[in-house]
Amino acid sequence: MEALISFLAAAIVAGTPLLFATIGEIITERSGNLNLGVEGMMLMGAVMGFMVGMMTGNAALALLAAMIAGAFGALIFAFLTITLRANQVVSGLTLTIFGTGFSNFIGQPLVGQIAPEGIRLFFRPYTIPVLGNIPVIGPILFRQDAFVYLGYAASILLGIYLYKTSKGLNLRAVGENPGSADAVGINVNLYKYVHTLLGGALCGLGGAYLSLVYVPAWQEGVTAGRGWIAVALVIFATWNPYKALFGAFLFGGLDIIGFRMQGLGINVSQYFIDMLPYLVTIVVLVVVSMKKSKENAPPKGLGNAYFREER
Amino acid sequence: MIMPMTIRAIKKSEPSRLKAATIRIGAIILALITSSIFILLLDLNPANVYMKMVQGAFGTAYRARETIIKAIPLVITSLGIAIAFRMQFWNIGGEGQIAMGAFAASFVALNMSDMSKPILLLLMILAAMLVGGLWALIPAFFKAQWGTNETIVTLMMNYIGLKWIMYLQYGPWRDPNSLGFPKIANFTENAILPKLMGVHIGWIFALLLVAAVYIFLNHTKKGYEIAVIGESINTARYAGINIKRTILIAILLSGGLCGLVGMIQASGVNSTLSVEVTGGVGYTAIITAWLASLSAPVILVVSILFAALLEGGSYIQTVFGIPESAALILQGIILFFVLGSEFFVQYKFILVKNQNSVKKEVV
Repeated sequence: MEALISFLAAAIVAGTPLLFATIGEIITERSGNLNLGVEGMMLMGAVMGFMVGMMTGNAALALLAAMIAGAFGALIFAFLTITLRANQVVSGLTLTIFGTGFSNFIGQPLVGQIAPEGIRLFFRPYTIPVLGNIPVIGPILFRQDAFVYLGYAASILLGIYLYKTSKGLNLRAVGENPGSADAVGINVNLYKYVHTLLGGALCGLGGAYLSLVYVPAWQEGVTAGRGWIAVALVIFATWNPYKALFGAFLFGGLDIIGFRMQGLGINVSQYFIDMLPYLVTIVVLVVVSMKKSKENAPPKGLGNAYFREER
Repeated sequence: MIMPMTIRAIKKSEPSRLKAATIRIGAIILALITSSIFILLLDLNPANVYMKMVQGAFGTAYRARETIIKAIPLVITSLGIAIAFRMQFWNIGGEGQIAMGAFAASFVALNMSDMSKPILLLLMILAAMLVGGLWALIPAFFKAQWGTNETIVTLMMNYIGLKWIMYLQYGPWRDPNSLGFPKIANFTENAILPKLMGVHIGWIFALLLVAAVYIFLNHTKKGYEIAVIGESINTARYAGINIKRTILIAILLSGGLCGLVGMIQASGVNSTLSVEVTGGVGYTAIITAWLASLSAPVILVVSILFAALLEGGSYIQTVFGIPESAALILQGIILFFVLGSEFFVQYKFILVKNQNSVKKEVV
C-alpha cells in the first residue's frame, strides 16, 4: 500500500509537465488551431525558464520567462496560420524543429547545470492543511509542490472558462464553425490569436516544470517526446480539461513504471518499458477513433484557416 | 474629406510560376537576413559565415562528396514523404520507417553473409523496403479503417522503432568482439554498397527514384487518385476511387522508400546498424518535401541545398565554434519564411473604400 501510494504520488509529478502541455493544446485546438509545435514550445519554455531561473534565482520570474517563450513560439505559429493562412500541420512541425534548435542553442552553456537552490526549495513538496491529511488521497494529491497545484488550478479554471463563461462559449463556437461565429459578431481572429498564445504559454510552463523541478537540471531535448504525447492526450481527453487531468497522470504513471518495476526486481528490458507510453498512446488513439461519437469529436473547424472572404 | 481605405487580400485566379518562384526565393533571402541577426548576436560577420558554409559544403571535391552522401537519404525520404503528403496523409514516421528498414537489411546482412554480393544486396533492399513499408502500413491501416490520427501514430512509432534498435544494439545483437563497446558487428564486405565516382551507388538509386516517383505521381492513374484524395475525400468517394486501397498502397510505397533509406545508410554509410542510422533525416525530409511543394524534381534540388546547409553547418561549427543547433534554427527560420510566403503567392492585395465607416458618417 505504502509503495502504491508513493508510486501514484510520483505519477502525479511525472504527469504534471504533460498536464500543462495538454491543457495548453486543448485551448489552442478549441480555437480551431491544430498546433503540432507543442514539443518545440515546451523546449523553448524549458530553456528560457531554466536560464532566467539561473540568472535571477526567482521562481516567479522563471515561470514568467517560460510562459513568454512558449507564447512567442505560439505567436510565430499564429501569425503564419491565422494571418498568412499557412498549412497548420507543417507550421507546427517547423515550430518543433525551430524550438529544438532554439533550446539546444540557448542551453548549450547550461548543459549539466543544476537548477538554483532557491528555486528547488521554492518547489519543494508542501502539505496542504486538512486535505493533505485525508488517508490515501492526501499523500497522493495534496503533498506535492506548488507547481503541481498550479496545474490542478489551471485545468479546473480552464474547464470553468470553457463550459461556464460566455467567452468560453464564444471560443467553442470559433473552433466549431468560425463562419457562424463571425456572423454573430465574434472577432474570430482575435480569439484564435489569444487562445493560441495562451496555449503556448501553458506548454512553456510544462517545459519549465521539467527543467526546473522534475530533472532539475538542463539537458538537451529535456522533453523527450512529451510534447507529442500531449498532442495525443488531447484526443484521449476529448478536448476536455477535466479529463486531461486524469489522462496526464495516467501517462505520468506509465512514464515512471519502468524504474519502479526494476526497483521491485522485475526483470524486463528497459527498452521495452520505454516503449510503453508510446504504445499506449497508439492504443488509446485507435480505441478513441473506433468508437466515434459526437461528444468525442474534435472541433469541426480544427486544422482549417479561416478567411472571411472565402466563407 | 479623407476617404477611409482598407487593404483587402483576395485570391489570385492563377498564380504565375515565375512570380511564385520569385516570391519564394525572396522569402529565403529574407530568412537569411533574419538569421543574420542571430549570427550578429554571436559577434560574427554573417556574410563571412554564409561564405564559409558554402565552402564547407562544396569547397573541395571531398566536401562536395560528403554533401552528396548527406543528400541521398534526404532525397529518397522526401520522395516517400511527398507521396503521403500529396494524399494529405501526414506521415511523420520517416525516422521509424528508416530505422526498421535498416533493421531488416541488417538482419539479412548479418545472417546471410555467405551469399554472393549482388544477391545479398538485393535481398537487403527488398527486406528493408518491405519492413519499412509494413511499419508505415500499421498507421495507414488504422487511418483507412477508423480515421485514426496518423500524425501522432506515425510519430509514436518512431520512438518505438528507435527503442527497438537500441534494444538490439545493447542486447541480443551486441557484438561480443567489440570489447564492451555497445555496437553491432560490422557488415561483411559483400553487404556493403559499391561505390561509383567516390560515392556509394545510393546516388543512382536516388536519381532513378526521382524520375520514377515523378512519373508515378503525375502520369499514372494511382498517382492521380492519390492527388484527388488529397484534394477532397468526398470528391474521391464520388469519383468511385477505392479510398482504403489507395491509402494503403500509397503508404506502403511511402514507407518502403523510407525503409530503403535505412538500408542505404546502414550498408553504404555506416557498414553496421546503430541508433544513429536515421540521423534525423525523417524529420528534415518533411521540410525538404514541403519546400519542394511535393514535386519530385524540385525535391532533388532542395535536398542537395539542404544537405549543403547541414554540411556547411557542421563546417562552421568547427571554424567559428557555432553550436550545431544553429543549423536547426536556420532550417526553422527558412521554413517559416517560405510557409509565410505562400500567402503572397496565393493572394494579391487591393485597396477598397471602407464602406462601414462611410455608412457611419452618413448616419
